[in-house]
Amino acid sequence: MATTLSTLAYLVASVLFILALRGLSHPETSRTGNMYGMIGMGIAILATLFKPGMGFGGIALIVAGLAIGGTVGTVVAQRIQMTALPQLVAAFHSLVGMAAVFVAAAAFYAPESFGIGTRGHIHGQSLVEMSLGLAIGAITFSGSVIAFAKLAGKMSGAPITFGGQHWLNLALGILLLVLVIAFVATGNGLLFWLIAFLSFALGFLLIIPIGGADMPVVVSMLNSYSGWAAAGIGFTIGNLLLIVTGALVGASGAILSYIMCKGMNRSIINVLLGGFGSEGGVAAAGGGDADRPPVKAGSPEDAAYMMKNAQKIIIVPGYGMAVAQAQQVLREMADLLKKEGAEIKYAIHPVAGRMPGHMNVLLAEANVPYDEVFELEEINPEFADADVAFVIGANDVTNPAAKTDKSSAIYGMPILDVERAKTVFFVKRGMASGYAGVENELFFRPNTMMLFGDAKKVTQEIVQSLQR
Amino acid sequence: MNPTELATQAQSMAQRALELAEQARRAAEVAAPVAAAAEPFLYLLTIFLLACFVGYHVVWNVTPALHSPLMGVTNAISSVIVVGAILAAGTAEGTVARIFGFLGVTLAAVNIFGGFMVTRRMLAMFKKKGG
Repeated sequence: MATTLSTLAYLVASVLFILALRGLSHPETSRTGNMYGMIGMGIAILATLFKPGMGFGGIALIVAGLAIGGTVGTVVAQRIQMTALPQLVAAFHSLVGMAAVFVAAAAFYAPESFGIGTRGHIHGQSLVEMSLGLAIGAITFSGSVIAFAKLAGKMSGAPITFGGQHWLNLALGILLLVLVIAFVATGNGLLFWLIAFLSFALGFLLIIPIGGADMPVVVSMLNSYSGWAAAGIGFTIGNLLLIVTGALVGASGAILSYIMCKGMNRSIINVLLGGFGSEGGVAAAGGGDADRPPVKAGSPEDAAYMMKNAQKIIIVPGYGMAVAQAQQVLREMADLLKKEGAEIKYAIHPVAGRMPGHMNVLLAEANVPYDEVFELEEINPEFADADVAFVIGANDVTNPAAKTDKSSAIYGMPILDVERAKTVFFVKRGMASGYAGVENELFFRPNTMMLFGDAKKVTQEIVQSLQR
Repeated sequence: MNPTELATQAQSMAQRALELAEQARRAAEVAAPVAAAAEPFLYLLTIFLLACFVGYHVVWNVTPALHSPLMGVTNAISSVIVVGAILAAGTAEGTVARIFGFLGVTLAAVNIFGGFMVTRRMLAMFKKKGG
């Protein structure tokens, strides 16, 4: 295919990708958007396959690669459980990173194919771009592997920190820069692989100090990196489509990281330096436990009785609900209450779940209609006229101390105003603190009733009493 | 939200869109001679920066409920890096580069199919009340 035609095809694919993202502004248009994305990808692959110089053997090799990878990808995507979505996405990011490393290597060993010079005589500017794509790709790969291991529980989610960690990372970063300069000056193959190796190490070291519960930010950030890696490779091989897509993905990941950080009231630097959550219960000190009013505990039957007579109920699900696999039975409870004439709404905190928007997917999977699910800003004014707030599997995101107690570790974090509801039911295994190590003062409020037990079991018991 | 408020908001958004269009026109005026000068790097950089702006505006419009599918889609489309891998696997001289190309195609294909499929699965679950 002539260059003009393939460039045109790439332009069409870029536009289709933009439309794919645009479709996500509403659930109704999102499915068409996803279709645009697939068509765009198809066009991009076909346009490349018909480029001049493609031999029969080459095409066979490419089709084989597409078939193997496509089968693996499809099978994994069909089988994955929605609770395991975050680790799947992390694993996928690592593949993009590794693919970037492979393409950079291919461009280094066969620069003629990409028109960037000849073997051993690659243009200096292309070497700069190549080393950028390579380094970001390698960091994305090893960083995502660690994020995957932490999310999948294959390694402890606890932050791994040691003395001089940040200085070591800084030193490695500077060394990486020196290697890149030397590589650009000489075009040496050994330096290429040293850059790759050092970047792998750096990606690994950058992610290990970050705690398991900060993974939403990390996954978003690596999403962004995978985009920048693609853009870097796009500059190397002078491909417009790669550059546009890389920029789109990079911007998307950066925005998601920002939203996640804001949801936790932390700066991105603070998250990246890591170690959060390692202080244990130190932050819990704030008021003597002795002068606290006693906690009121209730039974599922009490909760069922009170909710039966409620007009408006707001359900606040957190990740604990997903861990207990309680979303189906929760929806059953909501259905029964709707039959009793109650209005049901769900309130989602930005950092509920283990990746951006995770909780929405989990609720959608349990057949909760999306128009019953609301974001923090939308739902907060409504707690005041709700009869019941039903908190299940969430903790820190409901703690009123975030608004009032300046000494609290979570002070300033946006929270759901559940305490304004007439009655708060709080489903919880025991009195342990949340992830931030802060005691939730909501437990001691007069309008709060604790429902101790496993989220799924408690909800099942409520459903049973409602059916009686 | 009451109608007047909506109207004022719509008006201010329209105003902003106009301003953006004006900015884009000016940017295009600046960019045009650059492209004409056939300086490939600056040309690509221009495209890159404009795409960053497009990405910024499009992604802020994504509803928070669909942030997980957003990650699925961006993950799938970032695998468009497959284009580079295909070129290497299909046209490179030398076995090493071809092998790297093949590996790149395979990994990217996992992502392309996996990313779009898992996104489709997620989006299929988002239903309206009574739907």
